[in-house]
Amino acid sequence: MSGYLIRRILFMVPTLLGVAVLVFVLMRLIPGDIVSLRLAGEGGVVSAEALAAERARLGLDRPQWLQLVEWLGGLARFDFGISMWTGRPISYEIGLRFHLSLQIAVMSTLLATMLAIPLGAIAAVKQGTWIDYGVRLFAIAGLATPSFWLGILIILFLLIQFDWMPPIHFVPIWVDPIQNLSQLIWPAMATGYRYSAVAMRMTRSAVLEVMREDYIRTARAKGLMEKSILMRHALKNAMLPVVTVIGLEFAFLLGGLVVTEQVFNLNGLGMLFVRGVENHDYTLVQALVMLVATVFILTNFFVDLLYVWLDPRIRLD
Amino acid sequence: MTPEEILTPQSKSVDAAAWVTALSRFARYQPLGAAGLLVVILMALTALLADWIAPFDFLETDYTLIMAPPSWEHWMGTDPFGRDLLSRIIHGSRTALTVGLVASLLGATLGLVIGVASAYFGGTIDMVVQRLLDIFMAFPLIILALTIVSIFGTGTLNVTLAITIPMVPRCARVVRSSALAIRELPYIDAARALGFGHGRIILRHMLPNVIAPYLIMLTAFMGQAILLEASLSFLGLGVQEPVAAWGLMLQGGAEQYAESAPWMAIFPGLAITVSVMAFNLFGDALRDVLDPKLRI
Repeated sequence: MSGYLIRRILFMVPTLLGVAVLVFVLMRLIPGDIVSLRLAGEGGVVSAEALAAERARLGLDRPQWLQLVEWLGGLARFDFGISMWTGRPISYEIGLRFHLSLQIAVMSTLLATMLAIPLGAIAAVKQGTWIDYGVRLFAIAGLATPSFWLGILIILFLLIQFDWMPPIHFVPIWVDPIQNLSQLIWPAMATGYRYSAVAMRMTRSAVLEVMREDYIRTARAKGLMEKSILMRHALKNAMLPVVTVIGLEFAFLLGGLVVTEQVFNLNGLGMLFVRGVENHDYTLVQALVMLVATVFILTNFFVDLLYVWLDPRIRLD
Repeated sequence: MTPEEILTPQSKSVDAAAWVTALSRFARYQPLGAAGLLVVILMALTALLADWIAPFDFLETDYTLIMAPPSWEHWMGTDPFGRDLLSRIIHGSRTALTVGLVASLLGATLGLVIGVASAYFGGTIDMVVQRLLDIFMAFPLIILALTIVSIFGTGTLNVTLAITIPMVPRCARVVRSSALAIRELPYIDAARALGFGHGRIILRHMLPNVIAPYLIMLTAFMGQAILLEASLSFLGLGVQEPVAAWGLMLQGGAEQYAESAPWMAIFPGLAITVSVMAFNLFGDALRDVLDPKLRI
């Protein structure tokens, strides 16, 4: 087991290194750089010396391989450096917004799980009935509805029905839980619907599969009630793939809320991403991509570990 | 190859009657999937015949009718330039279908070839390819698309490319796991023993046998590609005005006009939802018919 753990952790290194090199190269392929963008933005003609001086200040005049090596060296020490655009430390820029993005991701995961597991399980048990069809349609509509459009509809509904808009200023939940929730519950709903649809479909198909197993027949044969068969025997065994999709969607939510944040005017990691790419803020975008990729890879890792815990038959070595 | 041909492999040349039989059987056992297919066909027809079906020119502005509510003349109302929304939605189906079809065809096919080749060669090559795919999988999808659009610029072609790239590793993964099982079958050994080249074995003997997961991924990608294109266009990073695109129509002030002209926010989103849903319903049914054990 420990051998497996060490191997898995070591395997993360080349993947993360690959992501790092990929984002480094991609960012530098974007035409134009931050210096000309920023100085030209002030209007007028900028002398070549001023441009060169600014590039030297940001370290952009050095050879690219050296920039890459230094950045990787910083990463290894968890030093993300300074945002080229704002001049503030990147850990500060991310820290400001991480709370908001994390809270939405957590709320939306809770919403999705509470909706998905009972509905998915009921659909599987009542396979072929109108309940099953209803749940499946609800789920498939959730996959098809763009969450940014659902967000627009939610705002529209709140405006027309209650003449009320969610607050725009973010307050941490421990400062003012009411204002915090009244701002963040809507984006969590908008993204949670799609999320629950993915998990619901997985729950349904996993429960269906488990219900055909021999041990379920044994449980029936010894006279257990359907309810305890489902709760005690089927659901627990069906949870593996469900946990996987929930984990992966969570990782995706943390950095992928770009469009929903735009709709709800939220200042989260997604908006930071867009602005970083627009401003050619190399260091910022690189750090953000590394953060999201790390969360993704770690989630994958923990899901695999969870498998072993949930299903003792799985041996990792 | 069509799903019906896979269902009835013995009929080499599928004539019209066989098609009708296969389709009616599909409709009987997969009513939701058939409904999805019907909507997809209607959508394709709309896209093809957009110039004839649309009641107005989708570019025609009418400043006397700015943000007019739905009426007998303009069924879905008009936008801030006085352009007919229905006509723009009809023409938008062309954008959505073209981007969706090209991106998912390219993405799934590249994924198919990479997945099969990786499984066939195995060993170090497989290991390296899988790690490379890991890198692309770990890269957040919408951010990869965003960066690609920033590099190549906005516009329909570049958006298609940006949507294609994230699909390749996802399809390659699924195809590889199916191909791994096939690699061990005796007829691949036989092909090798007969001295066939790698290319011939991969293309002629392995590819046709992983066509089921490929088709399933392809239909699933169609819906995802339409959604992704809409998201990118909504962000202003996708298709550009004056091209008619659903995501772009939602961006065009839908949010700030939500109160005074809700139809501008409702209809384009409805078009996205209905079309993606149709592709998903069809894709699900296809999966149930072709490979019920596959989970995507």
